[in-house]
Amino acid sequence: MKNQKKNRIWLGISASPGIAIGKVYRLNRAEINIREENLSSDQVENEILRFEKALNEAKIEISKLKESVAKKLGPEHAKLFEAYLLILEDEFINQQVLSGIREEKKNAEFVYNRVVQKTIQTISLSRDEYLKERVADISAVSNRVLNRLLGIKQHTIEPLETPGIIVAHSLAPGDVVQMKKGNVLGFATDTGGKTSHVALLAKSFGFPAVVGLKTFFSSLKGGEMLILDGDEGEVILSPDEITLKSYEAKREKLLERKRSLADLTSLPAETKDKRKIELSANIELLSDVDTAIENGAQGIGLFRTEYLYLASSDLPGEEEQYQAYSFLARKVYPQNVIIRTFDMGGDKFVQDAERVYEANPFLGWRAIRACLDLPDFFKTQLRAILKASSLGNLSIMLPMISGLEELLKSKELLEEVKSELREKKVPFDEKIKLGIMIEIPSAALEADSLAQHCDFFSIGTNDLIQYTLAVDRTNERIAHLYQSFHPSILKLIKKTVEDGHKNNIWVGMCGEMATDPKATSFLVGLGIDELSTSPLAIPQIKKIIRSIEFEEARNLAEQAMKLDDSKDIEKFLDEDYQRKFSHENSART
Amino acid sequence: MTEKKIQVINRLGLHARPAALLVQKASRFQSEIRLVKDEYELNAKSIMSVMMLAAEMGSFITIKAWGEDEVQAVEEIAKLFLEKFGED
Repeated sequence: MKNQKKNRIWLGISASPGIAIGKVYRLNRAEINIREENLSSDQVENEILRFEKALNEAKIEISKLKESVAKKLGPEHAKLFEAYLLILEDEFINQQVLSGIREEKKNAEFVYNRVVQKTIQTISLSRDEYLKERVADISAVSNRVLNRLLGIKQHTIEPLETPGIIVAHSLAPGDVVQMKKGNVLGFATDTGGKTSHVALLAKSFGFPAVVGLKTFFSSLKGGEMLILDGDEGEVILSPDEITLKSYEAKREKLLERKRSLADLTSLPAETKDKRKIELSANIELLSDVDTAIENGAQGIGLFRTEYLYLASSDLPGEEEQYQAYSFLARKVYPQNVIIRTFDMGGDKFVQDAERVYEANPFLGWRAIRACLDLPDFFKTQLRAILKASSLGNLSIMLPMISGLEELLKSKELLEEVKSELREKKVPFDEKIKLGIMIEIPSAALEADSLAQHCDFFSIGTNDLIQYTLAVDRTNERIAHLYQSFHPSILKLIKKTVEDGHKNNIWVGMCGEMATDPKATSFLVGLGIDELSTSPLAIPQIKKIIRSIEFEEARNLAEQAMKLDDSKDIEKFLDEDYQRKFSHENSART
Repeated sequence: MTEKKIQVINRLGLHARPAALLVQKASRFQSEIRLVKDEYELNAKSIMSVMMLAAEMGSFITIKAWGEDEVQAVEEIAKLFLEKFGED
């Protein structure tokens, strides 16, 4: 008979999602006690050998872990253990230990521990939570060496005989690797944070986990019934019957949701009444494209080419750009890729001597403005895009267009490059589409005339909001004025969509609003044709699109447009979203 | 000497994995390579040094290199930072 209080809730930190329900398996570990010993001169060399042997043995153990992780999760995840090997080989530590043993004639574990602790202390001074995580890494490695030196049998996680939840004061990444799925249902620890390696590995292996439970471990005897809620970051000790039932239901619901999201990837983004929305991804690095495809993106709605510059620190030449664009074109084919021309301050394009200090860089010489002033530079980019366009799935998008003149001038340059290529008989897509970003209020107001001269619009909400409301959202004192659902913004979006459609061009959105689930029904209701979101948001946005009716969304948009206060609008859209989808997000009953 | 100032833009800063990538990259060059942040200057070929550099997201680091391959060394290390060490 248990005399414990039922349903004791411990709050920790969510490390890996999912629900585990099972018996507590308490992982007890021997404390490491280190004594200071004095050596005689003839013992010194032996002590050094002992230290090196311990290092080597630890290296072998970690190499094995590394292999095992590489096999199970792929080489990317094994990188952590490469870091561990480097820590073992680090001269900074090892030289201090060797000279400590030699000069002070002290035992290896004492000197090693002192050197490691000193390093850990330096790092602990950092206030950054992420950085503190490095302490855990160094301890994970140094504990292995110390265990060797002290002759403590290396703790391993023995396979559990019956399914259970592992609870420990702390766990090292290596421990998580050793856990066998099946009997280990999940784990909880007193230490650790959201971004710890332990948390990341738990996610990759799919173990629900809660960390940072402070003193939970010492309050346990082992064998108690436990609910571990990895979504909320809490554990419930000795739950009663009702709680248990509701969590079992929640666990089932989560599993089902996971299955249905996975099924979503192959389904089109269309409303119940079959209005199709092009759902694509915004990417910066070429390597993001895999994530985009995995999440079911129908192409790339925005490739930010300025990252090519940032990544190579020099202006990328035509060849380098061509390689990048054709890589994307091939990778995403037959879907489309929209390549946005360089969108950054003009100072990046010119020699140091020509750089001029700007008091307002966001209102300054940047993006298309700088490109038009530096036609050779701009034409190089256009040439690289055209040369990579033979598959017929690339489009060009111009950032920061403020009016017709810039668009026409850009088109002139594009035509020049095209005829140069024709002359040289270099193949390219003759029908390549040219679109513009609508991110400056003047462009939204002039959308009707702009639409007559380009093939598509993509609304960039971040800049549109900043320029319309005159708010720099990184300025904390006025950040509250940065209101995505300000009626003026909604009007500009609506006008852009209508003017685009009037001229038979499609209108998309690649700003942050496209990624906001609250805005999805509204945008669909306004008639948006394309949404380009961050890769990871695609399944959720797709799910929303697939569960609404176009007519119903139109009504919603109409209602929202009647409101004149941004808070009311946001609340109205949020309530609609919560009503339809809140059960999806929190399966808690 | 070649040097370049860069900003740490991966969300988690220089934790173990990026530190390992950086050290592995730096060790491939003959040049002596050092990372400078605020008043600290540390050896880019030692993982403990790199981890001790409290390089959180947003902080600025100067990469310095001395040696025959210093230009390439600085450029390739800067590239790691700019590519966010393949993270995020």
